[in-house]
Amino acid sequence: MTQTAIPNVYATGQLSKPVPWLIFAGSLVIAFVSFGLLAAAGATDGLNVTGAVIVGALLFAVLLFLSSLFIEGSRRAKDRAITTLVSAAFLIALAPLISLVITVIVNGSARFDATFFTWSMRNIVGEGGGFLHAIVGTILMTLTAAVISVPIGLLTSIYLVEYGRGALARAITFLVDVMTGIPSIVAGLFAYALFAILFGPGTKIGLAGAVSLAVIMIPVVVRSSEDMLKVVPNELREAALALGVPRWLMILKVVLPTAIAGITTGIMLAVARVIGETAPLLIAAGFTNNMNYSLVEGRMQSLPVAVYNSYVSQGLEAQAYLDRAWAGALTLILVVMLLNIIARIIARYFAPQPGR
Amino acid sequence: MTSTTASPPVRKPAVKRLGDRIFSGSALTAGTLILATLAAVAAFLVVQGFPALTADPDEISLFAGGNFWTYVAPLAFGTVWAAFLALLMAIPVSVGIALFISHYAPRRLAQALGYIIDLLAAVPSVVFGLWGANVLAPAIQPVYAWLTAHLGWFPLFAPPVSGTGRTLLTAAIVLAVMVLPVITALCRELFLQTPVLHEEAALALGATRWEMIRMAVLPFGRSGIVSASMLGLGRALGETMAVAMVLSASGGISFKVLTSANPGTIAANIALSFPEAFGLNVDALIATGLLLFAITLIINMIARWIVARRKEFSGAN
Repeated sequence: MTQTAIPNVYATGQLSKPVPWLIFAGSLVIAFVSFGLLAAAGATDGLNVTGAVIVGALLFAVLLFLSSLFIEGSRRAKDRAITTLVSAAFLIALAPLISLVITVIVNGSARFDATFFTWSMRNIVGEGGGFLHAIVGTILMTLTAAVISVPIGLLTSIYLVEYGRGALARAITFLVDVMTGIPSIVAGLFAYALFAILFGPGTKIGLAGAVSLAVIMIPVVVRSSEDMLKVVPNELREAALALGVPRWLMILKVVLPTAIAGITTGIMLAVARVIGETAPLLIAAGFTNNMNYSLVEGRMQSLPVAVYNSYVSQGLEAQAYLDRAWAGALTLILVVMLLNIIARIIARYFAPQPGR
Repeated sequence: MTSTTASPPVRKPAVKRLGDRIFSGSALTAGTLILATLAAVAAFLVVQGFPALTADPDEISLFAGGNFWTYVAPLAFGTVWAAFLALLMAIPVSVGIALFISHYAPRRLAQALGYIIDLLAAVPSVVFGLWGANVLAPAIQPVYAWLTAHLGWFPLFAPPVSGTGRTLLTAAIVLAVMVLPVITALCRELFLQTPVLHEEAALALGATRWEMIRMAVLPFGRSGIVSASMLGLGRALGETMAVAMVLSASGGISFKVLTSANPGTIAANIALSFPEAFGLNVDALIATGLLLFAITLIINMIARWIVARRKEFSGAN
């Protein structure tokens, strides 16, 4: 009847496991109740959910620290405080991502319809119209950029892994790293300057846009393919060479097939990176409301530039332009996410097994 | 462990096959092409931008009576100031996230959480711009109004408050969100490489998790945090569209971050002025681009140099 709990010596001086959660729930309740009272008293208009969450979180951090300080001592209290801070950092980073995804989906779905994907903006001043010209331009320029940068990037990574020794290889590795950091707008200015010198000032064509994208894409392709080629087990290379296979055939028939999944992943991620680039295309390829299938003649619209344009130069019916901008943003995010997911799936299921 | 066997077996002077020569030749060409591209970027920018420096400043309408340096100074200031504020916010949060993923989150979840942060990096900058201008700026404006009203004595928060919320601080917040995944990814890799023996030794001596991190993880990753921050800085300096769409710039040098009179940034200014520019104005904009290129190049080189030096000396590999 009068069963007294045996004191657990290992648990004394420690907060038991559910305590932090109870404190968390308690402080949230206190915060929401007090904000609710404020709202009921008319001090704020409506329940301020964001404020309540923030105050509740702060309250939780302070209460947990204090209770830990009195029961567990200062060292553990500090440990708990840091744990709260670090988890809070993660949640803080999550907040903009969630807000961004939600707003893009909500605002973008208004014009995410068939007209959007089958019409250009030619002679459209108000509602209606679509971004077909931009989608065509993005596909053409991104593909051309890939055609330029994949061979160069792949061959460079082969050089770095299979042939390169000494100062030149080190210089290339270093400069590839530096090249990753070139601001995208500088790449656009470069392409513009190049075509201005070749074809006269003011030349804005799709090919120039593709060149600027290629400048951004090459270092990304080199880095990822280099990493993938390095993962190929050396035993495979040695086995091939020992059988008398020439070096170039060894690379072509043994190294590349082993690493091809990783290389594909890297290329897709690089495409995903450049498909959302706005600044270089704005500079090098300009913008237009018309369809343009030719890379070497006339300005070429692209999806990110179209989004930017309809945001910056809103016409009389501003909402129609904003809706199109959001729909374009939604399309972009979907394409980029799709590329990322496919790339990860390829990397996961076709990756070479590490040699033993 | 893996790099010690990287070189192929004995290289005896074998027969030079034609295929070999073609293959190694084209690989070498591609490698050199990259060097050439980087040199060409600099060269073409110099060729196209130089006329703006030597021409009569009155001929260039963008300069509005001044010369190149009076034109570019506020822009350079705005670029550095916005990037600095962004890093001030991004570095602590990124290190926190990296620690959370590497040492706090449950092992099963860690990789998925890493992917989520990587998703932030995949969002195109123009989408960040739309979000910053249409969602973040109006949402955060009341906070700014409160800050100027109650903390207006602090020089950075001096009134008058901007009515739209499209201030330098908003731009810096958007930049911070954009560089966050860059810094996090590098720090996470580094923290995961911390020698497990050091961590276990610290824990075995009775250290709490935070003490273990302070004694074993942070000293190991310190130079990595520095170089990751510098890479983030390079990204923040060169970011164009988000700033161009979020910030309502009016020129002038001002440290106040909540008013509507903000300095622009070099990259955003190019994007905003380039479509309408003509003649020598184009050259002037390209010259500002050259300056941006030089700044980011130097910062990236220092960052890479720190990373490379660390690789040589750390015993982790």
